[in-house]
Amino acid sequence: MSENTGYERIPAEKFAFVQENERITDQKFKTKARGFFADAMIRFCKNKSSVVATIILIILILYSIVAPFLSPYEITDKDGIYLNYPPYVRWISDLGLGIFDGSKTLSSQNDASMDMWEGVYLETGLQPVIGVTATYTTTVKQRGKDVERYTYDIEVNAYYAKGVIYRNLTYSEFEKIQEWQNETGIQVIYPYVEDTSDSRIWYETTSTGAAARDDDGNYIPAYSTNSAIEGAEYNSLRIEGDDGSYIYSIRKAGSVQVRLCYYTYYQYMNDGQEPCYIMGTNAIGQDIFCAIGVGARFSLIFAVIVSVINLSIGLVYGSLQGYYGGWVDMLLDRIADILSGVPFVVVTTLFQLHLANKVGVVPSFLFAFVLTGWIGMSSLTRRQFYRFKGQEFVLASKTLGASDRRVMFKHILPNGIGSIITSCALVIPGVIRSETTMTYLGIVDLSSAFGSTIGTLLSQGNSVVTTAPHALLFPSIFLGLLMICFNLFGNGLRDAFNPTTRGEGD
Amino acid sequence: MLKYALQRIAYMILVFFIITLMCFVLIRMLPLPALAPNDPHAEIISIRREAMGYNKPYLVQFGIFLKNIFTNFDWGYSEQLYTGRLVTEVFAEKLPATMIVNLYSIIWTIPVGITLGIVAALKKNTWVDYTISTLTMVVISVPSFVYAFLVQYFFCYKLSWFPFVMKSGTDYFSWDMFVSMVPAILSLGFSVVAGFCRTTRAELTEVLTSDFMLLARTKGLTKFQATVRHAMRNCFVVILPGIFGEFIGILGGSLIIEQIFSIPGVGALTLNAINARDYNLFMLSTCFYTAIGLAAGLVVDISYGFIDPRIRVGSKK
Repeated sequence: MSENTGYERIPAEKFAFVQENERITDQKFKTKARGFFADAMIRFCKNKSSVVATIILIILILYSIVAPFLSPYEITDKDGIYLNYPPYVRWISDLGLGIFDGSKTLSSQNDASMDMWEGVYLETGLQPVIGVTATYTTTVKQRGKDVERYTYDIEVNAYYAKGVIYRNLTYSEFEKIQEWQNETGIQVIYPYVEDTSDSRIWYETTSTGAAARDDDGNYIPAYSTNSAIEGAEYNSLRIEGDDGSYIYSIRKAGSVQVRLCYYTYYQYMNDGQEPCYIMGTNAIGQDIFCAIGVGARFSLIFAVIVSVINLSIGLVYGSLQGYYGGWVDMLLDRIADILSGVPFVVVTTLFQLHLANKVGVVPSFLFAFVLTGWIGMSSLTRRQFYRFKGQEFVLASKTLGASDRRVMFKHILPNGIGSIITSCALVIPGVIRSETTMTYLGIVDLSSAFGSTIGTLLSQGNSVVTTAPHALLFPSIFLGLLMICFNLFGNGLRDAFNPTTRGEGD
Repeated sequence: MLKYALQRIAYMILVFFIITLMCFVLIRMLPLPALAPNDPHAEIISIRREAMGYNKPYLVQFGIFLKNIFTNFDWGYSEQLYTGRLVTEVFAEKLPATMIVNLYSIIWTIPVGITLGIVAALKKNTWVDYTISTLTMVVISVPSFVYAFLVQYFFCYKLSWFPFVMKSGTDYFSWDMFVSMVPAILSLGFSVVAGFCRTTRAELTEVLTSDFMLLARTKGLTKFQATVRHAMRNCFVVILPGIFGEFIGILGGSLIIEQIFSIPGVGALTLNAINARDYNLFMLSTCFYTAIGLAAGLVVDISYGFIDPRIRVGSKK
């Protein structure tokens, strides 16, 4: 570059105005201005695990809203017989995929019981046995000879395996069932058998309990033809092989006793609908699919309400503490110390015992949460206030004559809002956890008010963990997922709002 | 330091006293369970109640309550659950089961938790760290009864390695008893492992990047020496108080785990007392749990000062 030395005498005409007739303004932003929340949102979206967690969380929340409508059952529907039954959906079961087939494993079934399962199939046309999983052979000495005995492990469809049961019906119901049978052509009532030891055995048996067979290997029916004990007239479907002499009910005091197939009786009771339990049933015969939805709905709403109340109390309390400091801080701190020292179980119990009769179970449960729940939030707010209250902008606004309230809520609080928001997201799972624990332990019983809660479902499932693991599995999975997602979501929020604390303690 | 500790202890006793008063009044306000008309104990119970000051003002009742405790440690008799037995006696009977289960769980969890934390911190941002951190997050999020169910289903039912519930009896140190306690020990431990792992990892990653670690390496220490002698010591400022707190916490145990595995401990006793409306027993366990909670907080606070000279010096001003 050549030395520029001729700058001292530049002729005036060489100069030109950059702008002559335009107004001089600041340059406009080329990009859109980005606020605090938008910035946080962008950071949040970059965190993949939080985004996934948020999506799952939304699905779970949608589930809790929609499931009770999707389920063919209401939470108040409680079947008396299908208790702790495995998941079963007819059309999926028919695909033969081995899922939703209501299957249950029965071990050490001998020949007599295999005959009985066969009998259930022959009588009702519903094949209970899905498959034989194992066969064991044992040799026993009988009258000096070695005899081979077989036992089997089988998988049965628990719904079909219930088979035929004895039940007392009123005369009018007995007639209604007959009408329904005539309409739909589905057999509900089966001929009566006088030997009532096992309702599923309708055939002649040998001394070992196995089925006695005729020359062709067929079962020999043992249906009662004794019309002297017949309960009421029967003018409906008769089973195959009935020459009209079988009786279908017997007299009981004021009612009739019949043998009915529970599966088809269930259809009669539910307007022709077959059992359809996507997640099986629980210990009181509720549909778990629906019950989880109802329970989760309660948990979520409850947790949100508790969090909002606690946040408001904590914010105000912590602001007062932090802003005024000195003896106010100390006094309020002592009160908080005392309240936080009381164990939560004790608080809940005392509130239940004192208030449940007066204001109801749920409000007293809510009070228990509110009594101590705000302390965490207040100490957090207090810390934020100590951080900001000595800074110049606070002094400036005080000098300008701002009131205490204005300084607190317009100037200081917005600065700490980031950490406060993030702790909100972590308060909700905490509330759900405590709520579930209390309902699980039975200290608070909400099932009469809401039908079911996750905690109640878990405690019902826990007693049948070996026989019906599904009753515990589905609520556990739901709760586990919910908690994990809430925590991931909360961590994501925290990282997004305070980039400086990223990765601490996640 | 001593003055600070004494102050804290005195303050804690005051808080404990106020909480006890509050709970006492609230419990005494509850309607008493009616006595069975033909129960031979009924007369004795009603005399006992009279002696405890029922029908007198609450503060007088509290005075009698305190006097009984201070003169001969009399917390009253159990009325519903263990009729006619001293509640302290019943409580002392239940305490060992809770303590032993929790002690075992601490013995395995603390080393495992800290080790996992160290590994995760040293292998930061590798798959090892990601696996450990994810597991930690999952275990901390999920409530303990969910994995208690997993333990019960897989170890007790599918594999049948352990019995479902804790063996009854008082031979707490026999092998059978230990085996029957394993599911509870495992379930109790997961969250503790995760907690320690998380704290250790967070602390250690911070310390490892500090300047004095660089100095230690520059002056010729191997990575192992530097980590053990310099980084770990700094970590323990945070971890050790946690360990102390955990040791106090073993007395309290977990209500839920005791319920699931039928451990005949104080948690189960408290639940039964609540359900049976046995107020004297409930009062005792309330005080017990309050005291444990406060003591754990106190120990953590004070031990910070004892361990770290920086905090100790700071507290003097």
